[in-house]
Amino acid sequence: MKDIAEIRADFPILSRTVYDKPLVYFDNGATTQKPQCVIDAMNSVYTSYNANIHRGVHFLSDTSSEAYENSRENVRSFINAGSREEVIFTSGTTGSINGIAFSLGEKYIKPGDEIIISFLEHHANIVPWQMMCQRKGAVLRVIPINDAGEIILDEYYKLLSSKTRLVSITQASNALGTVLPLNEIITAAHSVNVPVLVDGAQAIQHGVVDVKKMDCDFYVFSGHKIYGPNGIGILYGKKKWLSELDPFQGGGDMVDRVTFEKTTYNELPFKFEAGTMNYPAAIGMSAALDYVLSIGRENIAAREKELLSYATERLSAIKRLRIYGNASDKISIISFLLKDIHQYDTGMILDKMGIAVRTGTHCAQPVMDRYCIDGTVRASICFYNTREEIDSLATGIEKVISMFS
Amino acid sequence: MTINEIQDKIIDEFSLFDDWMDKYNLLIDLGKELVPIDPKFKVKDFLIEGCQSKVWLHPGYDGNVITFTADSDAIITRGIVALLIKVLSNRTPEEILSSDLYFIEKIGLRQNLSPTRSNGLLSMVRQMKLYAMALNAKKQIS
Repeated sequence: MKDIAEIRADFPILSRTVYDKPLVYFDNGATTQKPQCVIDAMNSVYTSYNANIHRGVHFLSDTSSEAYENSRENVRSFINAGSREEVIFTSGTTGSINGIAFSLGEKYIKPGDEIIISFLEHHANIVPWQMMCQRKGAVLRVIPINDAGEIILDEYYKLLSSKTRLVSITQASNALGTVLPLNEIITAAHSVNVPVLVDGAQAIQHGVVDVKKMDCDFYVFSGHKIYGPNGIGILYGKKKWLSELDPFQGGGDMVDRVTFEKTTYNELPFKFEAGTMNYPAAIGMSAALDYVLSIGRENIAAREKELLSYATERLSAIKRLRIYGNASDKISIISFLLKDIHQYDTGMILDKMGIAVRTGTHCAQPVMDRYCIDGTVRASICFYNTREEIDSLATGIEKVISMFS
Repeated sequence: MTINEIQDKIIDEFSLFDDWMDKYNLLIDLGKELVPIDPKFKVKDFLIEGCQSKVWLHPGYDGNVITFTADSDAIITRGIVALLIKVLSNRTPEEILSSDLYFIEKIGLRQNLSPTRSNGLLSMVRQMKLYAMALNAKKQIS
């Protein structure tokens, strides 16, 4: 494995300063920084072979179509999907969930049906289902969590019933870091023939994801959270489901034959890719996945585990600091509050020391309500961060405490 | 002192510090010194939308000048609202409406606060001017 200096050198932005201080970037949960190879890949689309995909007969269009389809194959292999037909490019996790919520709702959902989510969901895995439930007269059921921020499996088993049509669940909580027991969740759902959608936005960048082994029915994630560009994401679906469902958008490229009386749809995966797709971003994302593989997913997971444990130790030692989310299995996120100091005050002062953290509700207001708080400060760590940066964070927090007391 | 004289005084005070940390220390001190709002005004009606932290702002009016009192759950925000109160409180609605708040730009508040926070600041100013406009209209009718 590359050493940390080599890894950091791959990410140009990490060497910049803010307010004349070295940047300490702990907002990786919101978006990750991009290695030079991703920037180069996208640059070369525009400088060497940009042309719309799947359209032209000319050389450039062929080249970009091929690069786009190679990217799909790369994603397929990265998540170990059965075939490229199961890998749909979307605008991101939010786009993927909204799409499935629409198509599934139109096809299968009747009044009184139920969708199960958990208390840990990002708004992107709450609101699309609420909208669908409103349209269809269905009901949203929510798996509760305990004080550590872990879902209560027994309550989930109670919620599963003959009315359940889908379980849509996050693999890891963006607000608390909790990793969910997907194996138990999916096995129980499948035992009553209920499909499961897994929101992998906060998980796929932290370890190995194998959709076949996981046996989820849908898996969604975003490119920009795994060192790739913005505006691109993935909807994986088992072929059986994607064949049955109708498209969630209509337009060019997703059709077979169009007349004013009737339109027949293109085959998978194109049926779900209406209009000009964001192929430069798809190509950039593919480069990001290659980069992750070159570092090694096991290496990334091991390094992040070590950094999380060091950060937890350092921050726990600070008096007046309370960590929210103490699950036994966590991604490298620490959500915390300082006693009697507002999260914005903390975030604002840390920012002036060059330390980027997120403050607020992290698009997960129900989690905040569960703990009766307005928000937290979130440090989301990834493999390019260092122990020294965690030391800076700890020193920064001590400084905040001294300024506000 | 006129509104502009107070603004100039604030600009002088902030110009003593080069480091942003010191400027924030000053804001924190201002926040701690802010005269507390009557708790009965810390309700939804007086909450300003558009701030990431909560800000309550109440206009008292004696028929001549508006006296603002405010509070926030974040101290830096309380410091910012304290500055606005220094400049705009105990002024007639006409003075408030015609004021040009150049000190915000001059002390670097706008650039150095994140856009969301900056929006909060602008929401506070907008709300103060809206109160002045409403009370001015009321005065002219009566």
